[in-house]
Amino acid sequence: MNSSIIVFPGSNCDRDIAVALKKFQFKNTMVWHKDVTLPKSDLIIVPGGFSYGDYLRSGAIAAKSNILNEVIKKANDGCLVLGICNGFQILTETGLLKGVLLRNKNLKFLGKDVYVKAVNINNKFCNKYKQDQVLRFNIAHNEGNYFTNSDHLKELEDKNLIPFKYCDKKGNINEENNPNGSLNNIAGIFNDKKNILGMMPHPERMVDQTISGDDGINLFTSLLN
Amino acid sequence: MKFSIKVTLKKDVLDPQGKVVEQTLQNMGMNTLKSLRQGKYFEIEINENNESKAKNKIEDMCKKLLVNLIIEDFEISKI
Repeated sequence: MNSSIIVFPGSNCDRDIAVALKKFQFKNTMVWHKDVTLPKSDLIIVPGGFSYGDYLRSGAIAAKSNILNEVIKKANDGCLVLGICNGFQILTETGLLKGVLLRNKNLKFLGKDVYVKAVNINNKFCNKYKQDQVLRFNIAHNEGNYFTNSDHLKELEDKNLIPFKYCDKKGNINEENNPNGSLNNIAGIFNDKKNILGMMPHPERMVDQTISGDDGINLFTSLLN
Repeated sequence: MKFSIKVTLKKDVLDPQGKVVEQTLQNMGMNTLKSLRQGKYFEIEINENNESKAKNKIEDMCKKLLVNLIIEDFEISKI
Protein backbone atom coordinates (compact mmCIF):
# COMPACT_ATOMS: atom_id res chain seq x y z
CA MET A 1 0.00 0.00 0.00
CA ASN A 2 1.37 3.44 -0.95
CA SER A 3 1.21 6.12 1.70
CA SER A 4 2.16 9.80 1.88
CA ILE A 5 2.84 11.81 5.02
CA ILE A 6 2.35 15.57 4.74
CA VAL A 7 5.05 17.52 6.58
CA PHE A 8 4.55 21.10 7.82
CA PRO A 9 6.91 23.39 9.68
CA GLY A 10 6.07 22.34 13.23
CA SER A 11 4.99 18.77 12.52
CA ASN A 12 6.57 16.54 15.14
CA CYS A 13 4.82 13.17 14.81
CA ASP A 14 5.65 12.75 11.13
CA ARG A 15 8.66 10.53 11.74
CA ASP A 16 6.88 8.45 14.39
CA ILE A 17 4.17 7.52 11.97
CA ALA A 18 6.72 6.93 9.20
CA VAL A 19 8.39 4.36 11.48
CA ALA A 20 5.03 2.73 12.18
CA LEU A 21 4.13 2.59 8.48
CA LYS A 22 7.51 1.10 7.61
CA LYS A 23 7.01 -1.57 10.25
CA PHE A 24 3.88 -2.70 8.46
CA GLN A 25 5.48 -2.55 5.00
CA PHE A 26 3.67 0.51 3.68
CA LYS A 27 5.57 2.14 0.82
CA ASN A 28 5.78 5.62 2.26
CA THR A 29 6.81 9.04 0.93
CA MET A 30 7.27 12.22 2.99
CA VAL A 31 5.64 15.20 1.21
CA TRP A 32 6.59 18.79 2.03
CA HIS A 33 3.65 21.20 2.44
CA LYS A 34 4.88 23.48 -0.37
CA ASP A 35 4.74 20.67 -2.94
CA VAL A 36 1.91 20.94 -5.41
CA THR A 37 1.54 17.29 -6.39
CA LEU A 38 1.12 14.13 -4.38
CA PRO A 39 2.83 10.87 -5.26
CA LYS A 40 0.52 7.95 -6.02
CA SER A 41 -1.12 7.29 -2.65
CA ASP A 42 -3.69 4.87 -1.29
CA LEU A 43 -3.41 6.53 2.10
CA ILE A 44 -2.60 10.14 3.01
CA ILE A 45 -1.54 10.96 6.57
CA VAL A 46 -1.79 14.41 8.10
CA PRO A 47 0.38 13.94 11.19
CA GLY A 48 0.41 15.47 14.64
CA GLY A 49 2.45 18.41 15.86
CA PHE A 50 2.10 22.15 15.97
CA SER A 51 1.90 23.27 12.35
CA TYR A 52 2.70 26.99 12.07
CA GLY A 53 2.85 27.23 15.85
CA ASP A 54 -0.94 26.87 16.08
CA TYR A 55 -1.24 30.52 14.96
CA LEU A 56 -4.77 31.91 14.53
CA ARG A 57 -6.44 28.57 15.35
CA SER A 58 -4.84 25.11 15.47
CA GLY A 59 -4.60 23.87 11.90
CA ALA A 60 -6.02 27.02 10.30
CA ILE A 61 -2.87 28.06 8.43
CA ALA A 62 -1.82 24.55 7.43
CA ALA A 63 -5.31 23.99 5.98
CA LYS A 64 -4.53 26.68 3.36
CA SER A 65 -1.17 25.23 2.26
CA ASN A 66 -0.42 24.17 -1.34
CA ILE A 67 -0.46 20.46 -0.73
CA LEU A 68 -3.77 20.53 1.13
CA ASN A 69 -5.52 21.50 -2.11
CA GLU A 70 -4.29 18.21 -3.53
CA VAL A 71 -5.23 16.31 -0.38
CA ILE A 72 -8.76 17.74 -0.61
CA LYS A 73 -9.08 16.66 -4.26
CA LYS A 74 -7.80 13.13 -3.55
CA ALA A 75 -9.96 12.83 -0.43
CA ASN A 76 -13.04 13.81 -2.44
CA ASP A 77 -12.09 11.12 -4.98
CA GLY A 78 -12.21 8.53 -2.19
CA CYS A 79 -8.54 8.23 -1.20
CA LEU A 80 -8.06 7.15 2.43
CA VAL A 81 -7.01 10.04 4.66
CA LEU A 82 -5.94 9.82 8.30
CA GLY A 83 -5.50 12.96 10.39
CA ILE A 84 -4.01 12.46 13.84
CA CYS A 85 -4.10 15.15 16.56
CA ASN A 86 -3.00 18.37 14.79
CA GLY A 87 -3.82 16.47 11.57
CA PHE A 88 -7.42 16.10 12.80
CA GLN A 89 -7.52 19.83 13.56
CA ILE A 90 -6.22 20.58 10.04
CA LEU A 91 -8.84 18.33 8.42
CA THR A 92 -11.65 20.13 10.26
CA GLU A 93 -10.23 23.49 9.17
CA THR A 94 -10.27 22.34 5.51
CA GLY A 95 -13.90 21.29 5.88
CA LEU A 96 -13.11 17.67 4.93
CA LEU A 97 -14.36 16.78 8.40
CA LYS A 98 -17.17 18.73 10.03
CA GLY A 99 -16.95 20.30 13.46
CA VAL A 100 -14.10 21.90 15.34
CA LEU A 101 -11.59 21.11 18.10
CA LEU A 102 -11.82 23.62 20.92
CA ARG A 103 -9.47 24.26 23.80
CA ASN A 104 -9.54 21.42 26.36
CA LYS A 105 -12.27 21.99 28.88
CA ASN A 106 -9.89 22.20 31.85
CA LEU A 107 -7.50 24.49 29.89
CA LYS A 108 -4.60 22.11 30.46
CA PHE A 109 -2.36 20.56 27.85
CA LEU A 110 -2.95 16.82 28.18
CA GLY A 111 -0.09 14.41 27.61
CA LYS A 112 -1.01 10.98 28.94
CA ASP A 113 -2.34 7.55 28.13
CA VAL A 114 -6.12 7.22 28.03
CA TYR A 115 -8.58 4.48 27.21
CA VAL A 116 -10.77 4.58 24.13
CA LYS A 117 -13.44 2.16 23.00
CA ALA A 118 -13.67 1.01 19.39
CA VAL A 119 -17.42 1.62 19.06
CA ASN A 120 -17.67 1.25 15.27
CA ILE A 121 -15.37 -1.21 13.54
CA ASN A 122 -17.07 -1.67 10.17
CA ASN A 123 -14.73 0.58 8.22
CA LYS A 124 -11.35 0.55 6.48
CA PHE A 125 -9.46 1.79 9.55
CA CYS A 126 -10.79 -0.37 12.39
CA ASN A 127 -11.86 -3.73 10.92
CA LYS A 128 -9.13 -5.66 12.80
CA TYR A 129 -10.37 -4.47 16.18
CA LYS A 130 -13.12 -6.27 18.07
CA GLN A 131 -16.43 -4.45 18.49
CA ASP A 132 -16.29 -2.42 21.75
CA GLN A 133 -12.64 -3.36 22.36
CA VAL A 134 -11.02 -1.09 24.95
CA LEU A 135 -7.68 0.32 23.76
CA ARG A 136 -4.94 2.26 25.50
CA PHE A 137 -3.78 5.18 23.37
CA ASN A 138 -1.68 8.25 24.11
CA ILE A 139 -3.04 11.77 23.80
CA ALA A 140 -0.97 14.97 23.64
CA HIS A 141 -3.04 18.03 22.89
CA ASN A 142 -4.29 21.40 24.04
CA GLU A 143 -7.24 21.63 21.65
CA GLY A 144 -8.96 18.27 21.54
CA ASN A 145 -12.41 19.21 22.73
CA TYR A 146 -14.59 18.13 19.80
CA PHE A 147 -17.59 20.34 19.13
CA THR A 148 -20.22 20.37 16.39
CA ASN A 149 -23.84 21.37 15.95
CA SER A 150 -26.57 19.12 17.30
CA ASP A 151 -27.80 18.01 13.84
CA HIS A 152 -24.33 16.87 12.84
CA LEU A 153 -23.77 15.19 16.21
CA LYS A 154 -26.96 13.19 15.68
CA GLU A 155 -25.81 12.28 12.17
CA LEU A 156 -22.45 11.09 13.53
CA GLU A 157 -24.21 8.81 16.02
CA ASP A 158 -26.97 7.61 13.66
CA LYS A 159 -24.65 6.82 10.76
CA ASN A 160 -21.97 5.16 12.93
CA LEU A 161 -19.38 7.78 12.01
CA ILE A 162 -17.68 7.71 15.42
CA PRO A 163 -15.03 4.97 15.60
CA PHE A 164 -13.51 5.85 18.99
CA LYS A 165 -14.89 7.23 22.25
CA TYR A 166 -13.00 8.00 25.44
CA CYS A 167 -13.79 5.55 28.24
CA ASP A 168 -12.32 4.01 31.39
CA LYS A 169 -10.34 0.78 31.63
CA LYS A 170 -13.55 -1.21 31.75
CA GLY A 171 -15.08 0.55 28.78
CA ASN A 172 -17.52 2.81 30.63
CA ILE A 173 -18.18 5.94 28.61
CA ASN A 174 -19.08 8.87 30.84
CA GLU A 175 -18.15 12.46 31.63
CA GLU A 176 -15.65 11.32 34.27
CA ASN A 177 -13.59 9.58 31.60
CA ASN A 178 -13.79 12.42 29.13
CA PRO A 179 -10.32 14.02 29.24
CA ASN A 180 -10.98 17.15 27.19
CA GLY A 181 -14.72 17.86 27.20
CA SER A 182 -15.49 16.43 23.73
CA LEU A 183 -19.18 16.05 22.92
CA ASN A 184 -20.33 12.46 23.61
CA ASN A 185 -16.71 11.52 24.55
CA ILE A 186 -15.75 11.62 20.87
CA ALA A 187 -12.08 10.75 20.25
CA GLY A 188 -12.35 10.42 16.46
CA ILE A 189 -14.81 10.88 13.59
CA PHE A 190 -15.34 9.90 9.97
CA ASN A 191 -16.73 11.84 7.03
CA ASP A 192 -19.94 10.50 5.45
CA LYS A 193 -18.12 8.08 3.15
CA LYS A 194 -15.81 6.84 5.94
CA ASN A 195 -12.67 7.34 3.84
CA ILE A 196 -11.46 10.21 6.03
CA LEU A 197 -10.69 9.60 9.71
CA GLY A 198 -9.68 12.29 12.18
CA MET A 199 -8.66 11.30 15.70
CA MET A 200 -6.96 13.00 18.63
CA PRO A 201 -5.21 9.90 20.15
CA HIS A 202 -1.94 8.73 18.59
CA PRO A 203 -2.12 5.12 17.32
CA GLU A 204 1.42 5.45 15.91
CA ARG A 205 2.75 5.68 19.47
CA MET A 206 1.34 2.24 20.30
CA VAL A 207 2.96 -0.12 17.83
CA ASP A 208 5.67 -1.63 20.02
CA GLN A 209 5.00 -3.46 23.28
CA THR A 210 8.56 -2.92 24.55
CA ILE A 211 8.27 0.87 24.23
CA SER A 212 4.68 1.74 25.08
CA GLY A 213 1.98 -0.66 23.99
CA ASP A 214 0.60 -2.27 20.89
CA ASP A 215 -3.05 -1.25 20.72
CA GLY A 216 -2.31 0.89 17.65
CA ILE A 217 -1.13 -2.02 15.51
CA ASN A 218 -4.58 -3.10 14.39
CA LEU A 219 -5.32 0.29 12.90
CA PHE A 220 -2.45 -0.23 10.46
CA THR A 221 -3.26 -3.89 9.80
CA SER A 222 -6.91 -2.90 9.21
CA LEU A 223 -5.76 -0.54 6.45
CA LEU A 224 -3.81 -3.36 4.82
CA ASN A 225 -6.75 -5.76 5.09
CA MET B 1 -8.69 52.15 3.90
CA LYS B 2 -8.52 50.56 7.34
CA PHE B 3 -10.96 48.22 9.04
CA SER B 4 -11.26 46.53 12.38
CA ILE B 5 -12.66 43.04 12.80
CA LYS B 6 -14.06 41.82 16.06
CA VAL B 7 -14.31 38.04 16.37
CA THR B 8 -16.42 36.62 19.18
CA LEU B 9 -17.35 33.09 20.19
CA LYS B 10 -20.95 32.17 19.44
CA LYS B 11 -23.31 32.22 22.39
CA ASP B 12 -23.48 28.43 22.88
CA VAL B 13 -19.74 27.78 22.60
CA LEU B 14 -17.87 27.25 25.87
CA ASP B 15 -15.21 29.84 26.60
CA PRO B 16 -13.03 28.28 29.34
CA GLN B 17 -10.36 30.93 28.94
CA GLY B 18 -12.87 33.73 29.42
CA LYS B 19 -14.29 31.87 32.40
CA VAL B 20 -10.90 31.79 34.14
CA VAL B 21 -10.36 35.52 33.48
CA GLU B 22 -13.86 36.19 34.81
CA GLN B 23 -13.23 34.17 37.98
CA THR B 24 -9.88 35.87 38.55
CA LEU B 25 -11.43 39.33 38.30
CA GLN B 26 -14.16 38.26 40.72
CA ASN B 27 -11.52 36.91 43.10
CA MET B 28 -9.77 40.28 42.87
CA GLY B 29 -12.88 41.86 44.33
CA MET B 30 -14.67 43.01 41.16
CA ASN B 31 -17.98 41.95 42.67
CA THR B 32 -20.19 43.66 40.11
CA LEU B 33 -18.72 41.66 37.23
CA LYS B 34 -21.60 39.69 35.76
CA SER B 35 -20.00 37.81 32.88
CA LEU B 36 -17.00 37.89 30.59
CA ARG B 37 -16.33 36.38 27.15
CA GLN B 38 -12.99 36.53 25.39
CA GLY B 39 -12.58 37.25 21.67
CA LYS B 40 -10.10 38.32 18.96
CA TYR B 41 -9.43 41.62 17.23
CA PHE B 42 -7.80 42.32 13.85
CA GLU B 43 -6.88 45.57 12.09
CA ILE B 44 -6.59 45.33 8.32
CA GLU B 45 -5.43 47.96 5.86
CA ILE B 46 -6.55 47.42 2.31
CA ASN B 47 -5.66 49.05 -1.07
CA GLU B 48 -9.18 49.84 -2.18
CA ASN B 49 -10.95 53.19 -2.36
CA ASN B 50 -14.52 51.97 -2.64
CA GLU B 51 -15.80 51.24 0.86
CA SER B 52 -18.36 48.60 -0.02
CA LYS B 53 -15.88 46.77 -2.28
CA ALA B 54 -13.30 46.90 0.49
CA LYS B 55 -15.80 45.57 3.00
CA ASN B 56 -16.66 42.68 0.70
CA LYS B 57 -13.00 41.77 0.43
CA ILE B 58 -12.57 41.88 4.21
CA GLU B 59 -15.66 39.73 4.61
CA ASP B 60 -14.15 37.22 2.21
CA MET B 61 -10.94 37.15 4.29
CA CYS B 62 -13.00 36.54 7.41
CA LYS B 63 -14.98 33.69 5.90
CA LYS B 64 -11.98 32.01 4.26
CA LEU B 65 -9.44 32.23 7.05
CA LEU B 66 -9.81 34.63 9.95
CA VAL B 67 -13.03 33.23 11.37
CA ASN B 68 -14.25 29.69 11.97
CA LEU B 69 -17.96 30.16 11.31
CA ILE B 70 -18.90 27.02 13.23
CA ILE B 71 -17.90 28.62 16.53
CA GLU B 72 -17.30 32.31 15.86
CA ASP B 73 -19.17 35.45 14.75
CA PHE B 74 -17.51 38.56 13.32
CA GLU B 75 -18.18 42.26 12.99
CA ILE B 76 -16.39 44.58 10.52
CA SER B 77 -16.09 48.34 11.14
CA LYS B 78 -14.27 51.07 9.27
CA ILE B 79 -11.60 52.84 11.31
